[in-house]
Formats: sequence, C-alpha cells, structure tokens
Amino acid sequence: MKSFTVLEGLVAPMDRANVDTDMIIPKQFLKSIKRSGFGPNLFDEMRYLDEGQPGQDNSQRPLNPDFPLNQKRYQGASILLARENFGCGSSREHAPWALEDYGFRCIVAPSFADIFYNNCFKNGILPVVLTPEQVDQLFTELYAEQGYQLKVDLEQQQLQTPEGEVFRFEVDPARKHCLLQGLDDIGVTLESAEAIRSFEQRWRQRSPWLFGVLGQEQR
Amino acid sequence: MAGLTLYDKLWRNHLVEQRDDGSALIYIDRHLIHEVTSPQAFEGLRLAGRRPWRLGANLAVPDHNVPTSTAERAGGVAGIIDEVSRLQVQTLDDNCLAFDITEIPINDVRQGIVHVVGPEQGATLPGMTVVCGDSHTSTHGALGALAHGIGTSEVEHVLATQCLVQQKMKNMLVRVDGSLLPGVTAKDVALAIIGQIGTAGGTGYAIEFGGDVVRAMSMEGRMTLCNMSIEAGARMGMVAVDATTLEYVRGRTYSPSGELWTAAVEAWSDLHSDDDAEFDRVVTLRGEDIQPQVTWGTSPEMVLPIDGILPDPAQIENPSRREGTRRALEYMGLSPGMAITDIRLDRVFIGSCTNSRIEDLRAAAAVVRGKRVAASVKQALVVPGSGLVKAQAEAEGLDRIFIDAGLEWREPGCSMCLAMNADKLGSGEHCASTSNRNFEGRQGTGGRTHLVSPAMAAAAAIAGHFIDIRSLQETGA
Repeated sequence: MKSFTVLEGLVAPMDRANVDTDMIIPKQFLKSIKRSGFGPNLFDEMRYLDEGQPGQDNSQRPLNPDFPLNQKRYQGASILLARENFGCGSSREHAPWALEDYGFRCIVAPSFADIFYNNCFKNGILPVVLTPEQVDQLFTELYAEQGYQLKVDLEQQQLQTPEGEVFRFEVDPARKHCLLQGLDDIGVTLESAEAIRSFEQRWRQRSPWLFGVLGQEQR
Repeated sequence: MAGLTLYDKLWRNHLVEQRDDGSALIYIDRHLIHEVTSPQAFEGLRLAGRRPWRLGANLAVPDHNVPTSTAERAGGVAGIIDEVSRLQVQTLDDNCLAFDITEIPINDVRQGIVHVVGPEQGATLPGMTVVCGDSHTSTHGALGALAHGIGTSEVEHVLATQCLVQQKMKNMLVRVDGSLLPGVTAKDVALAIIGQIGTAGGTGYAIEFGGDVVRAMSMEGRMTLCNMSIEAGARMGMVAVDATTLEYVRGRTYSPSGELWTAAVEAWSDLHSDDDAEFDRVVTLRGEDIQPQVTWGTSPEMVLPIDGILPDPAQIENPSRREGTRRALEYMGLSPGMAITDIRLDRVFIGSCTNSRIEDLRAAAAVVRGKRVAASVKQALVVPGSGLVKAQAEAEGLDRIFIDAGLEWREPGCSMCLAMNADKLGSGEHCASTSNRNFEGRQGTGGRTHLVSPAMAAAAAIAGHFIDIRSLQETGA
C-alpha cells in the first residue's frame, strides 16, 4: 500500500450529500476481477452522457460538461471535497479503488459511512472529517478561486488552506500508523499469529459446534 | 458496573488481542464468500504466497451475477451469456477449487443469495462472528450473531489470518414496543426506523433491535430488519437469542446436533443484553404507529406511509436537505404534493436478500392469488432467495399462483436488486421493489426504485400503482 504523509494538491468538489458507492462506481464495473483500471469509470453516471459498459474505450464517450471533474479547472485534482455521509451503501472496495485510480488520495467531508471510511485506509486514501461549517467554508473558497489547493499533513493531523488557516482533524492512532508507514495489514496481524492460535484453541474447546461439520467436509 | 449489551458480549467472546492504540484483533468464526468481492482477495493471497488460515470457516456461493431465467441457467456457468459475468462466476469456482474452499455451485439446489443461504444451511449460528464482502451481511445478526460487511482487503485479511482489526462501535438500542397492525411487516418497521433516524443515524453504532414487536417477529422478519441496518448507517444489527431463534436453527445442515446442540443452547442462553446494560443511544417506536411504507426518493430515508404526500422542497429550511429533496424528485420524475398512491409502476421486483424468503413469497402470493398483473405493468418478477426456498414455494403451489397472475417465476439470485445480471430497469421506469436500496441507477441506469414490503409490491403489481395493502385485506379481496 502507498503511504500517506503530506499531500499538497488541487481540490475538486462533489457538492451533494449521501453520495453512495453505486454513484462512485456503478455495478456493471464490479464484474472485473482486477483491482485496477476503475478510474475512468469513477462517478460514471454523472460524468458521461451515455450508459457506460465494462471494456469500453472511455475516451470516445460523450462527457457531461456540467460535471466538475470534466471541467478544466479541476483537472489533476488529488483531493475531493464532499458532503455528509459520503460513501454510504454497498461495501464494494471498488469505490476507493476507483477514487485512487483516478488520482484522489484524500477526501474531505463532514461525515463518512463506516465501511467506506475503513476501506479508504486499506488503499492509501485519507478520509478527513471536518465540521459542516468548515466544509461549507472550504466549498465557498474552492468555488471562488481557480487552482484552489489544500495541504494535508497526516502526522500533524492538520489541513491547511491557501490563506494559511489550519484545521485540525481526528484519526485513530492504529489507522494513522498503518497509513503513514504504508503497512501491509495482513503482515502486521500475522505478527500476532501465536495469540490467534492460542485464542482459537481455547475458543474451539469452549464452542466446539463452531468448528463442526463445514470444516470436516474438507478434503 | 453496568451490565453488558449483546454486542459487548459478542465482542468480548471474540477478542484475541486488545492493542494500546485502541484497535483490537477480533476472531472471525464464519466467512461467507461470493463472486464479486473475492477475486482480488484470492489474487492477493496468491501474490503473497499465503493460504487460508482455517478452511472450514469459509463457505462460498455465487449470487450477484447469476442469471435468473430458467433457460439461461440450464447451461450452468458455461451458459452465462454475459462474458464478464461468466468469467467472474468461473473465477469463484476456480479459486474455491484451488484453495480447497467449500462452494455451493450455481445449479446446486442449495445455491442462492449468500445471506439467505447462510442461515438456511445453519452455516451462520447464534454467537458467531460472521463477515462477508457485502454490506447486507448484517442480516445474520438476526440469529444473535455479530455480523457485518467488509471490503475486499478485509476479505483477504480474514482468509489469511481468521481475524479482523476492529475498533469497537458504540451501542444503540432500537426498541419497537407494542404490536404491529395487520398488513404491516418487518420491512415497514425497517423503513420506518430509517425514516426516523436517517441513513446516517446508525453510523458508528452497532444496533440491537428489541421490544415486543421484534420479539414477536419470525426469524425471516428479524432477518429483514437486520438486513436494513446498513441502510440506517449501522454496519451491524442484531437480535437477542430466544425460543424463536432456537426453533429456527435446530436441525439445519451445519447446525450442531446431539450433545453439541445441548451445549450450544446452554451457551446461547447468554446472548442477550443484561437488564442493566447501558446503551449510548436508545430509539423507540410504537408498533401501532407504523403504516405500510413506500420510499419516494433516492435514499431509503426518503420514505412515507402509504397515505403520504410527497414533500415540497420550497417548504424545507435546511439548504442541503432542500437541494437533496429537489434533486430526488427530479430524478424520480415526481412532483411535490403528489400522493404516494398516484405513483404508477412499470415493473415489480419481489426478491433480494431483504425479502426473498418463504414467508415473503407467501405474503406476496396471498395478495395476487386469483388476480392479474395490471396491463400497464411491463414485468413483475419473483426471484426466490435460494433453490430451497424455490422448492418449498413450489411444493406449496406458490409458483402456480404467481404464474397464473402473470408474474415471472425465476431461479434464485440477487437479480434486479442491483442489476448485475440481465434483470434491470429501463431509464425512467418506476419499480415497486422489495430490495434495500433506492439509489440513483441502482436497479439499472436511470431506473426509479420504490422500496416496499412483498405484500405491498404484489398489491402494486395488481393495481398498477401503489395501494394500501390493508384496503385489500379489509374487503377480503
């Protein structure tokens, strides 16, 4: 996983509440058995005027000119400014894969849905929660200024505006540590293999029915 | 010290390691796998040279992509017409074979939607931790299990370590007191709860459903309720174990039997919140206040009772809500002030992990028996949740009732709930659906979904527009 330390980047708006994972990456693209290549279909239904299909040449498709990511001023954005309950709905990790593949490394919103929030950290994306008032202010500044950039410092847990105003954000220490270091979660957990084995042994003795028939069917 | 909630107990029982940074390692008893969110996880295992930690913890079944038409289904995996879907289902078969994971294949009679199959097979049990790369895994909480959806990275993590790194959630009790009026179902209760607390109301919480209404519910009803927890923002919903739970679990394929059953029942008797347990938030509803519900917008919280009138954005003060309401009405092609009962339907979908169990099909069949689907309705689909539900329904003659009334009787799968197979809405079409999400484009690009109970969907199929199911029942029609 890519680590996340400090990001200075162009900001793009997603100015609506309850953006669900079906909007972020529609279901027809979930048929892929790969982890990459979802970027061109990020926000597909809002971004293009036709109905997208997997395996299409997206460069030939008609773009929705009103959609921010199609506007010149937001090209190359790496930070997405969003509204409350971003990422609600399905658990599909294809949503953060699509955001990351497009080039977003940080999403700023007043709130996120739980599963999406968690999935971001597995993919080198930092979700930043600010207050609704702070997010309102950032939207106002973003719309007022071409080339609007933010600086996000994970170590310091700070987001800085071009004017130099600093907003502090919370992130739990475990997730912060893994993201700063770009750690492979599984590798870290396997360092506790002994603890898992000993738990498993006790749990099997206490609840043998949980280790029953399904396991014994194995060849 | 205050007592423990059901969630606290399930968490405690599965705690492998509490870490200083506030995270914890939680042991996973059952991992359910389907074709959409697993291929990249198996690929990850391969690349790292890892094997599954405990094979017997896993059970796989294809459901999201499988065709539901009997003709296409007859050819098995090779017969799936959509090439990309076929490859995904084939990849699940290949991965299960390569890693030695038990799979219920496409045309096995036990195949179905993973959240119907798990409880039906006794593969998900009270007291378990259950995860799956699907947000509706909350369904299994109905058994008194700690069950929630995970992303693909966590699918790989569970395969490799049998654990997840978790942060403990806060506790919420949703208590539904009293009793339900005739014609009001678990689906209506779920939608009423979401209408009250909003789609983000449960974010950060594990929800326990309690109260007399929940105690009186069948297991099927409890599964419908827990299934929709995620639509209220909560990853997990659960119900305490009682006699109804035990009655349901007893005698299933993977349920314990003999001495193990006795020992399990003894252990499960603790699976309820203590009387003095403290919840971070308590939400209460009165069962008698709940009417049959219909969603009108593009979020499950945009819901009204059947006699409701669509909101007027001009009357809403909060700018974000006003804009959300305006946008939803525009997408849905509906106008402020319109009555719910004036919404006309193009299609009807009865199925999904929310409402495709035998009780759901019985309720729908009772409504359409001896009637005909309205001429204005282009298609009405009934998609049973599993091959065993289908067989049971056929044994009861429900298939004939549906077919005689002009509904299509299909093979089991997720189908039009998310339209990954051929079953989908055309742009602009309105659908009365027993599924769980009315998001833009969810059931097909431009499609307009209205979430309802099976009986309400069936009644809408006959009338061609929404009607109060109770008006049918009162006249005995």
